[in-house]
Amino acid sequence: MLLQHAAAGAAHPLSGTAAEWLWLLPVLPLAGFVVNGLLSLVPAYHAGPADPSATHGGDHAEGMHADQHPEDEHAEAGHPPILHRFASIASIVGPLVLALSFALAVSIFVAMLGAGEIHTPFIQRYFSWMPAGELNIEWAYQLDQLSIVMVLIITGVGTLIHVFSIGYMREDPGYPRYFAYLNLFVSFMLVLVLGASYPVMFIGWEGVGLCSYLLIGFWFSAKANADAGKKAFIVNRIGDFGFLVAIFLMYANLGALDFAGVAERSAQLAAGGTLVTAICLFLFLGCTGKSAQIPLYTWLPDAMAGPTPVSALIHAATMVTAGVYLVARSSFLFSLAPVASLTVALVGAVTALFAATIGLKQWDIKKVLAYSTVSQLGYMFIAVGVGAYVAGVFHLATHAFFKALLFLGSGSVIYVMHKAYHHTHRHDDAQDMRNMGGLRRHMPVTFVLMWVATLAIAGIPVFAGFFSKDEILGAAFARAHESTLADASLLGIPGSIVLYAVYAMGLIAALLTAIYMTRMMLYTFHGDNRTGEAERSQMSEAPWVMTGPLIVLAVLSAFGGWLNLPEFFTDVLPLGKTASLDHWLEPVVGEATLRITHGSAAHLSANTEYVLVGLAVAAAASGILIAFTMLKPAAQGTKEQAEVRGTDTGIERVLANKYYVDEAYDAAVVNPIVQVSRKLLWRGVDVGLIDGLFVNGSAWVARGLGLAGSWVQSGQVGTYAWAIVVGVLAVLGAFTFG
Amino acid sequence: MGYFYQINFYIFGLLAIASALAFVTRKSPVAAALWLVNTMFCLSALYIMMDAQFIGAIQVLVYAGAIMVVFLFVVMLLNLGHPSDIADMRGTWAKLVAAGIGVVLLAQILVVQRQRLPRIIPEVEAPRNVITGIAGPLFNEYLLAFEVTSVLLLAAIVGAVLLAKRRS
Amino acid sequence: MINEALFFSAVLFTIGVVGVLTRRNAIIIFMCVELMLNAVNLTFVAFSKLYGAAGQIFVIFVMTVAAAEAAVGLAIIISIFRHRETVNLENINLLKG
Repeated sequence: MLLQHAAAGAAHPLSGTAAEWLWLLPVLPLAGFVVNGLLSLVPAYHAGPADPSATHGGDHAEGMHADQHPEDEHAEAGHPPILHRFASIASIVGPLVLALSFALAVSIFVAMLGAGEIHTPFIQRYFSWMPAGELNIEWAYQLDQLSIVMVLIITGVGTLIHVFSIGYMREDPGYPRYFAYLNLFVSFMLVLVLGASYPVMFIGWEGVGLCSYLLIGFWFSAKANADAGKKAFIVNRIGDFGFLVAIFLMYANLGALDFAGVAERSAQLAAGGTLVTAICLFLFLGCTGKSAQIPLYTWLPDAMAGPTPVSALIHAATMVTAGVYLVARSSFLFSLAPVASLTVALVGAVTALFAATIGLKQWDIKKVLAYSTVSQLGYMFIAVGVGAYVAGVFHLATHAFFKALLFLGSGSVIYVMHKAYHHTHRHDDAQDMRNMGGLRRHMPVTFVLMWVATLAIAGIPVFAGFFSKDEILGAAFARAHESTLADASLLGIPGSIVLYAVYAMGLIAALLTAIYMTRMMLYTFHGDNRTGEAERSQMSEAPWVMTGPLIVLAVLSAFGGWLNLPEFFTDVLPLGKTASLDHWLEPVVGEATLRITHGSAAHLSANTEYVLVGLAVAAAASGILIAFTMLKPAAQGTKEQAEVRGTDTGIERVLANKYYVDEAYDAAVVNPIVQVSRKLLWRGVDVGLIDGLFVNGSAWVARGLGLAGSWVQSGQVGTYAWAIVVGVLAVLGAFTFG
Repeated sequence: MGYFYQINFYIFGLLAIASALAFVTRKSPVAAALWLVNTMFCLSALYIMMDAQFIGAIQVLVYAGAIMVVFLFVVMLLNLGHPSDIADMRGTWAKLVAAGIGVVLLAQILVVQRQRLPRIIPEVEAPRNVITGIAGPLFNEYLLAFEVTSVLLLAAIVGAVLLAKRRS
Repeated sequence: MINEALFFSAVLFTIGVVGVLTRRNAIIIFMCVELMLNAVNLTFVAFSKLYGAAGQIFVIFVMTVAAAEAAVGLAIIISIFRHRETVNLENINLLKG
């Protein structure tokens, strides 16, 4: 490996520190992938002779979920869990590599703290990856304040989720395969955030898409799961096309693809010009795919078909935030294109509102959280859209905490429900909230932890979500007053109006967020239990290996706000150092932010701040109150009873069916493509033209020529005589005319 | 000399052509053979008028007298003397095409002949003794060909005997 | 005289060719070939009047070869006739693929 340091002249302050081991960060999980992958190649079950699962052990290895095998003569309740032969090794290797990565990340972070002011990123170049003429793309990693934040989140939350998975996935026959994919995912995600150029980032981008597909379709023998995996990958691909076009535009016009180079050369571009707007819009197209915004969000709810820890890690904390990271990383481009930034903010706001409305009427607990994720990602895009990059990253971090907590908590719930149903041999839906209720008596710790997360996401002070969400809305409002965005106009509408609309939508979405999250808690934990007598006796708290990580996440959700306390807040309550994240990220995104806010620090007056904060808190609190007073869980009954009773009316049905967006896409995009492929491309071109004309046709021609030739060889001497005479005529003809 | 030969030349030539046409259009093989013999007689006359008396003589002796007799022997042997049915000739369409080919061939031959030959053809003085004129070159310059021809005849005889023998 | 001889020869040759093309009886086709050979003999003799004795000598050889060929050819026809009872060329088609 050829290690070279960036920047001529003096060495970087980080060289010679723990940062030299930067390359090890993605390599550790990759090693975990290799080990777990090898373990998973061994046939799964090592079942004993009297083991009831012996009959269908083989199916499980191919990815059937434990409850999908056909009903058979099970031994009575209490047969001991059958584990994969190498389950214990995988349990150690999987989380261990993540913990080591986290430890390394922490030591690098400490080194960065100790190195004082770092103004330039620390770049390590390893080898020349694609030398092609004038373009030389190197495999290089970049360490700066933004990437270390992302790395800490990924490895930290990732380790917690790996530990949780030990409890959740232990009895799954594909256990080593699970950890293999999960480790591979973390490896790619780290490549994504550490990459020093767009192509290296793209490798990570594609890699996490691949792992998402593998993990969503983990139990692939059920077609729905495999379809969900495919849908995720294909919809993502559409976004990737946008990303690639942006890269091409960048290279064609700027001649560089690494972040430093592009930042340098883009400064010479005309602000607000078509080129930079086009690049930013295409980048954003990639973001809508990866981060599930309108119009490419449809894969995320379907992705809940995968195991719950996967949903927590990939579809809440890390992969879906890659889009936000991309925009923050490309802040030097987005700050030059007000129209693109306005678009980002507007799409984010609409998505936030849209998804929140759908979440009001979902019954599957994971679907509620999925739409909640889409909605919260919308908030992040509002932030980076209006140029408050720090706020976006802040919300990214707090969202990682409380959303992972919510998903893992729901994972615990599902685990307990599952065990109960398995015990009584019922095949009801363990994830439907109508089948739950009153679980707080059986799972008290989880109950409390989930409420912490709910308060955080709703935005109740003093939990983490309050600070991050408030900062976003405040930034949107401030930019509406004074910024390059307010001066620009989107499709004829003045920028300031757009931004006020963005603010309003964000506020309403906050209200709705509080409502649907409280609704979720009501149906799941409060009230009376609807599951059944027999199951209730089986329900108890989840094992500590699962609840432990939840506790850590709850602490983070509660106190995560300290990452970036706003200044006006500490005037009221002196809680400590303010705006830590602001200062930390300033060398990376500060210049871009200032470009948008016309060079001023974009502060609203303290009074305006208080009003805005008050509005946000009021929205959150009223949302919780509305949910408590208006929803009657007991009236719903279980899922079966609800389905028997019939569907909802009008608007409820629209929301429950997700505005029929999937059906619309099917009709508008999927079916035409399938029809064209089937009728035109397959029957027409493939069967007709290629098979018919070229393959069969050439055979037909050859046969025809042969047939014609065979007429000459008739075996008749008379025919031969004719042929000879004709030949003589030809030769004589040469003499007559020659 | 002079006109006598000219007129006779034409008469015998036209006779030869007419006999050939008759020969080609007969149905009966025997009739056809006899018309061919007539053609050969006329040709022999032409040869004599062209100062190739020896050739004219052996034309009658060998060609008309031996080869055609062999043909007739075979026809008699195989009892093919009766006029064949219509199937012997090809159809009208084939006859027309054959006629067309014939015309083209004739035209080409005549054109080539005109091209290659000098306009005014000088007459060569005929040698007094024709036999000596032939025998000299035959046994001097063309001796090898002569000897090889004898071998050829031997081969032909042996072959013909073997081929025509009944398998017993 | 030579010109006329050449003309006659050409016509005879053509008649022979047409005969070969038109007839199906093997023996008659054979005789047409003999006719063609005779036409060629006439050409040779005509040219020998121009260029000397070589033409006539060639005629002798032609005749010899024609005799040999006729003998062998007829022997073949006889042996085919023994197998097939016909001399119609259309029926002698064992070579047909």
